[in-house]
Amino acid sequence: MNAADLAPSYDLVVIGGGPAGLAAAALAARAGVETVLFDENPGVGGQIYRGITATPVRDRAILGDDYWAGAALAAEASASGATIVNGATVWSLDPTCLVGVSIAGEARLIQAKRVIIATGSLERPFPIPGWTLPGVMTAGAAQTALKAQGLVPGGRTMMAGSGPLLWLLAAQLLRAGARIEAILDTAPRRNWLLAAGHLPDFALSPYWSKGLALLREVKAKVPIVRVDSIEAQGKDKLAEVVFGTSAGERRMQADLLLLHQGVVPNVNLALAAGVAHRWNGRQLCFEPVVDRAFATSVPGIAVAGDGAGIAGGTAAAERGRIAAIAAVAALKPDARLPQAQTIRHKLAREEMGRAFLDTLYQPAPEYRRPVGDTIVCRCEEVTAQQVRDTADLGCEGPNQMKAFLRCGMGPCQGRLCGLTVTELIAEQRKSTPAEVGYYRLRPPVKPITLAELASLPISEAERKAVER
Amino acid sequence: MTRTADVVVIGGGIHGCSTALHLALRGLKPILVEKDYAGRHASGVNAGGVRQLARDLAEIPLSISSMALWERIEDLVGDDCGFESHGTVLVAESEAELDSFRARVDDLRLKGFTHEELIDRAEPRRLVPAVSDECPGGVVSRRDGAADPFRTTQAFRKRAIEKGAEVIEGVTVTGLARAGNVWRVETSDGTIESPKVVNAAGAWADRIAAMLGEPVPLTVVAPMLMVTSRLPAFIQPVVILRGRKLSFKQLGNGTVVIGGGHLATPHRDRNETVLDWDKLAISARTVWELFPLMRQATIVRAWAGMEAYMPDSIPVVGPSSTSEGVFHQFGFSTHGFRLGPGTGAVIAELVATGATNVPIGDLAITRFTK
Repeated sequence: MNAADLAPSYDLVVIGGGPAGLAAAALAARAGVETVLFDENPGVGGQIYRGITATPVRDRAILGDDYWAGAALAAEASASGATIVNGATVWSLDPTCLVGVSIAGEARLIQAKRVIIATGSLERPFPIPGWTLPGVMTAGAAQTALKAQGLVPGGRTMMAGSGPLLWLLAAQLLRAGARIEAILDTAPRRNWLLAAGHLPDFALSPYWSKGLALLREVKAKVPIVRVDSIEAQGKDKLAEVVFGTSAGERRMQADLLLLHQGVVPNVNLALAAGVAHRWNGRQLCFEPVVDRAFATSVPGIAVAGDGAGIAGGTAAAERGRIAAIAAVAALKPDARLPQAQTIRHKLAREEMGRAFLDTLYQPAPEYRRPVGDTIVCRCEEVTAQQVRDTADLGCEGPNQMKAFLRCGMGPCQGRLCGLTVTELIAEQRKSTPAEVGYYRLRPPVKPITLAELASLPISEAERKAVER
Repeated sequence: MTRTADVVVIGGGIHGCSTALHLALRGLKPILVEKDYAGRHASGVNAGGVRQLARDLAEIPLSISSMALWERIEDLVGDDCGFESHGTVLVAESEAELDSFRARVDDLRLKGFTHEELIDRAEPRRLVPAVSDECPGGVVSRRDGAADPFRTTQAFRKRAIEKGAEVIEGVTVTGLARAGNVWRVETSDGTIESPKVVNAAGAWADRIAAMLGEPVPLTVVAPMLMVTSRLPAFIQPVVILRGRKLSFKQLGNGTVVIGGGHLATPHRDRNETVLDWDKLAISARTVWELFPLMRQATIVRAWAGMEAYMPDSIPVVGPSSTSEGVFHQFGFSTHGFRLGPGTGAVIAELVATGATNVPIGDLAITRFTK
């Protein structure tokens, strides 16, 4: 579909084609609401079901049953009557539900009556010394290459970090034939004590048996080393990984280091739209303030899925449905709708194990708040020490920090440094992340070219001005 | 607790900070009260143009006194503020436009101002090689330049504090009342008593004026800007147009700031602006035509800062018409940044001595209150 084929307005615009977006669009369209789903990737699925309709990975065991469950969701959405547009980058959303979108280099402004943001999560920054060297990448990027292109890393591969996805990706890579030299486990041991209280709930959640099986599978094939520091070293690219263990410093030669310490909500679009956010002290990230139906502080805009706080892919689909039910009820009060209560029960079951996982895998402070020359903002090459020094000089928040150091001003719009900068300022000024706050996000939330912006249709007012 | 000051300056933009500094330099003890933080709004996020070109006659004296300060800004505030002087070029897009520019330049010469020079067809392309071949000429003001707006505002704030001013941020003025020989300035964090008050509250200045029974026809506007990713250096002067709204400037780091006065929708009670992408697209099309090499540049960010606009597009500078000891310094109508240094000096002179030699009579508030 081209930009020119879009209607100027839709009842419901869903942004993001992961589980939350697919489930929301399917439910709304089947209830008779005129729905468009914009997804920036070539195919739907989001990160968890990336490439679900086109992946070259044919052996179903490699990506696992939980991945292939996404096929049903994609099929449901495609049969629902929703207009699904891939390759569509949403670069702006304002409080009037006006959506700026680009398709194949052409931009349009689309007026929605309701918007469901389903832009999911992104990986938490993992700023260790040397993380900007070629050969160091995020585990999520490796997973994308595996799902979308069937690419399996060759050479000496190491992984480091914590969180359920680290173990899932390790298992997927091993099944696909990769060799992993070692996994450096950064989860602090004391987290086990803190998490123990949440264990009974976790034992009842679907993640219990799956998680144990995954750990067993990976531990049977890869040495796991508990570490208290990690550094990537090399001249022009990664050569060695140096890490601290209880038995002292060790080093291993490596060609590829995959880093991961959990995911956090991708808040950029919601923040740019003016949605109120709060600090989540357990997940250590900002998340939008939402009600039971995932409505935000901005009328008409809901956030579903992991974007509203991390809960995983299955929960994301249920959240998408709940948000869609609220949208349909507002747009088309007579429509026949599924019972929200049933969906809420399913969602509650999915979310049961969350407290345990969040606590167990909460990243240690030393991996969130770097020191010295470690780069914090990759776009503008700002170091941890610069941020700390500037905070000491009196800079109280990330927005002033932007103006002083340009951190967060590059093309990634703070996705790779925002939480680090907030936490560093809070530590330095003996404040809290909630007090310090986050970057004020400016659209376009994804860069667009001047040519794309110039391609917006000329408005009636401008045409008249030129004729006069 | 009631505190006392020699002067209370309301507003921590470039104007309030400059006035606080100049008051401190005169040995007075000002307290500056800012509701957010210094440079949060227009002063911190404007295009940074330091322009004498195309000024209203009434503000040329302030402009000239400011230029003198800009040219020694590091001596004044201890920071070069990112100020660089490569001139501003007003590009004519037609012969008719060029004729009107010629008339203005001739008129300025008769009045004794020589900073604007008419340039012919060849010179714009020498100064601005990227500009398209169609343009018949223009006007240049060679001493003009640009600075980093947030850094500048912060530098004035910092130097003011070093010289003895107090700056209170995150505190809102809620009331102003006369008590004997002093003003009681009520804030969200206590009362300050002071014989003199300066209203430099920008987009909120009408509310302060209203507290004095001196309503002014101020509108809140939010001019939009956008910035590109880094490009190889290709242009030094700031380029502006007359017929179409455009200002165009490449910064030292290679990014290009595109502005010109298209407006966002301001919500001053929420500290929020909503951008108008249809208007930004007009700017994009203008740049597309003028600078073909910009077509594949990436827009990284767009924003707008809130400020005050007066019906006649020139500021209110001078004593209050109703209230002894109160001075106004607001309404700079989207071109106030570069006037900050000089206007602060003039207001400080007025506060301290009761008079100034810089002719600012045409900027008096009485033009609205008569």
